[in-house]
Amino acid sequence: MDIFLWGVLPYVMVVILVGGSIWRYKYDQFGWTTRSSQLYESRLLRIGSPLFHFGLLAVIAGHFFGLVIPKSWTEAVGMTEDLYHFNALFVGSIAGVGTLAGIALLIYRRRKTGPVFMATTKNDKLMYVVLLAAILFGLWTTLASVFFDEHGVTYRDTVSPWFRSLFIFQPDVGAMAAAPTSFHIHTLVGMLLFMVWPFTRLVHAFTAPLHYLFRPYIVYRSRDKGASVANRDGWSDVGTRDRDTRNR
Amino acid sequence: MRVMAQMGMVMNLDKCIGCHTCSVTCKQAWTNRAGVEYVWFNNVETRPGQGYPRRYEDQEKWKGGWELNKRGRLKLKAGGRVKKLFGLFANPIQPELKDYYEPWTYDYKTLVDAPLGDDFPVARPKSLITGKDTKITWSANWDDNLGGTTELGHLDPIVEKVRRESEDKIKFEYEQTFMFYLPRICEHCLNPSCMASCPSGAIYKRVEDGIVLVDQDQCRGWRQCMTGCPYKKIYFNHKTGKAEKCTFCYPRIEVGLPTVCSETCVGRLRYLGLFLYDADAVTAAASVTDPKDLYQAQMDVLLDPNDPDVIKAAREQGIQEDWIEAAQKSPVYALTKVYKLALPLHPEYRTMPMVWYIPPLSPVVDLLRDQGHDAENQDVLFGAIDALRIPVEYLAELFTAGDTERVTEVLRKLAAMRAYMRGISLGNDPDESIPASVGMDGATMYEMYRLMAIAKYSERYVIPKAHAEQAHDLEEMGCSLDFDGGPGMGAMGNSPFGEASGRPTPVAVETFNALKDRQSSDSVAGADTLRGRVNLLNWDGNGAPPGLFPQDHPTGPAVDARADALDGGGS
Repeated sequence: MDIFLWGVLPYVMVVILVGGSIWRYKYDQFGWTTRSSQLYESRLLRIGSPLFHFGLLAVIAGHFFGLVIPKSWTEAVGMTEDLYHFNALFVGSIAGVGTLAGIALLIYRRRKTGPVFMATTKNDKLMYVVLLAAILFGLWTTLASVFFDEHGVTYRDTVSPWFRSLFIFQPDVGAMAAAPTSFHIHTLVGMLLFMVWPFTRLVHAFTAPLHYLFRPYIVYRSRDKGASVANRDGWSDVGTRDRDTRNR
Repeated sequence: MRVMAQMGMVMNLDKCIGCHTCSVTCKQAWTNRAGVEYVWFNNVETRPGQGYPRRYEDQEKWKGGWELNKRGRLKLKAGGRVKKLFGLFANPIQPELKDYYEPWTYDYKTLVDAPLGDDFPVARPKSLITGKDTKITWSANWDDNLGGTTELGHLDPIVEKVRRESEDKIKFEYEQTFMFYLPRICEHCLNPSCMASCPSGAIYKRVEDGIVLVDQDQCRGWRQCMTGCPYKKIYFNHKTGKAEKCTFCYPRIEVGLPTVCSETCVGRLRYLGLFLYDADAVTAAASVTDPKDLYQAQMDVLLDPNDPDVIKAAREQGIQEDWIEAAQKSPVYALTKVYKLALPLHPEYRTMPMVWYIPPLSPVVDLLRDQGHDAENQDVLFGAIDALRIPVEYLAELFTAGDTERVTEVLRKLAAMRAYMRGISLGNDPDESIPASVGMDGATMYEMYRLMAIAKYSERYVIPKAHAEQAHDLEEMGCSLDFDGGPGMGAMGNSPFGEASGRPTPVAVETFNALKDRQSSDSVAGADTLRGRVNLLNWDGNGAPPGLFPQDHPTGPAVDARADALDGGGS
């Protein structure tokens, strides 16, 4: 069981996440959008959405710090165990609570604002359940480690080595299996989230428009290069590649 | 010099009767779909009035367009790139549905289905957004024909400004007021701020004809373009989550047909044609310091298509001969640059709009006639233009960033033309002093009159076709209406990723299906129950097509009899 959960499932997750995203990017450009509901309601969104998104960015940064940076590195730069954990718990809790408050407000808004609720698909509802579960269980691991036991101090010896071992295809199943249950649940829900990710509106995160900072303001495009409707099967051009230089 | 071609439009506001035919036909062609119920790519505003969306011209609130920074360089009024990215999660300044209006339909079914009673059944208004009963409080032309202006007229941002600067110049008392209509489409600007605002880079200007389009595949719904466009002519499709805008009817333009709004215009007030412009000069022209110089700067960007140097440069840029020829015959070039009649809408936004307007003389003429003057007499008209400062100041705020001189010049030309042509019509010798008084000669004035008054279809719309050798690149090629995979709203709704995901449906197919869907249902958009019902307006009277009668009712003999009767009586 441990081997399946911590040795096989992560790779299945990656295949679904990457494969699903590529597939959707090719198949469903038109559906690839934030599907913003700001047109319907702006007042609550303007509090909830930045709170959630910026909180989430901080949470992601925290995960990166905790999972990717080995314990030996932080100790090498003279960061004590206590300082590290105080930081992780303090900053992590703020970010986590902010994210939770944000999503709570957004879900409240989604349910209570008529037009927004009308525009909510089943797909969205499923996504919200998984996303909310991932955030709640994540916060639970943090709180549990503070208030209930000493497990909190151990994730850098269990979860993190396992996480890093995944990248060299030598999953350290034992290390992960030794982690407390709360971490198991959070990790599983997290993997579930990444598995549904490509099939929900969450994909908009993958096209965060950072290139906006560098592109020219005015975009010229020629009609032949810009045609957005690809020829469908059965409508492909007659001729050979070299005659037809437009490779589409 | 980098010569580029731009499709442009000129509207002669004197001829607009405010019938909204352009808006309606445009809506039928382009925005008759769920998600864009509130969207009018073409709308007609009564001025003075708040416009659509409400008070869109108040850029202190909406932050549309460009402004100059301290170093005199162009920057987006809503903020630079970094600021835009920080505003991604919730756009700080974005019009909401209530700024446009909540679209609605009526519960027509109760008119037929209501049980027998003492009261007449009423078709109640239903919101197309929530599907619930709604109270209609605003629309895209709520203040049409100055409706409610005595109470709401002061909310027009231009009225506000003119009143602030010259006390009490604009009156709304019935005897003293004035009005005219302003049809608006996307300006297809040379320096579009919507495009500059788009984080995804999905909005682009076509190299061939300058039409500004949104790539529906690349748009991710970040909504910054809605803020960026000072004319508020980019709309958010709340079903697909993508931005949509006026397309200048590119599928029609490509085959040499005028846009739907032009084609159906009752007053024949729209002119379509090509401009040649210097793309390298645009930024500098949009950056001139004094807003009142923007009109002239914009005029200077437009190139003379008869100038041999321009022709040579155009050929070097690969502009085809028939396009150059079309640019030479372009009515829009003649009206803007040769006769200098047409003015850009709000040049102070610094976007270099390419839909131009000939300001209306009619409020002046009407008033003179009502006061018992000879409204065709040149001296009376000239005097009136100067004395009646009310419209001129208002018009100047719309078309010349407040420069009343320019507007007066145009109005005087129009007045002179009236007087000059009246003389000719009465069989008198042409009075050459009249055109001379506005710096024209008689022949030119006659040509101008011809173009404005009696130009035929082929003179009003000079649209070169997209090239045959490029035809395989046209965006609509390779599609047909028997597009498989269940096109239209049905397939979109059932898609695995929810609303409107899946491979994009070609515009023509989507419009066809949406039209069919909307016309054959009378409930809120997307309701399944009425799908397949026939709208009698589309019924040719032959036979009883499926869906002519509701299926809910058991098919009794009465219905059959009716169907039989219809079968027989069709021919």
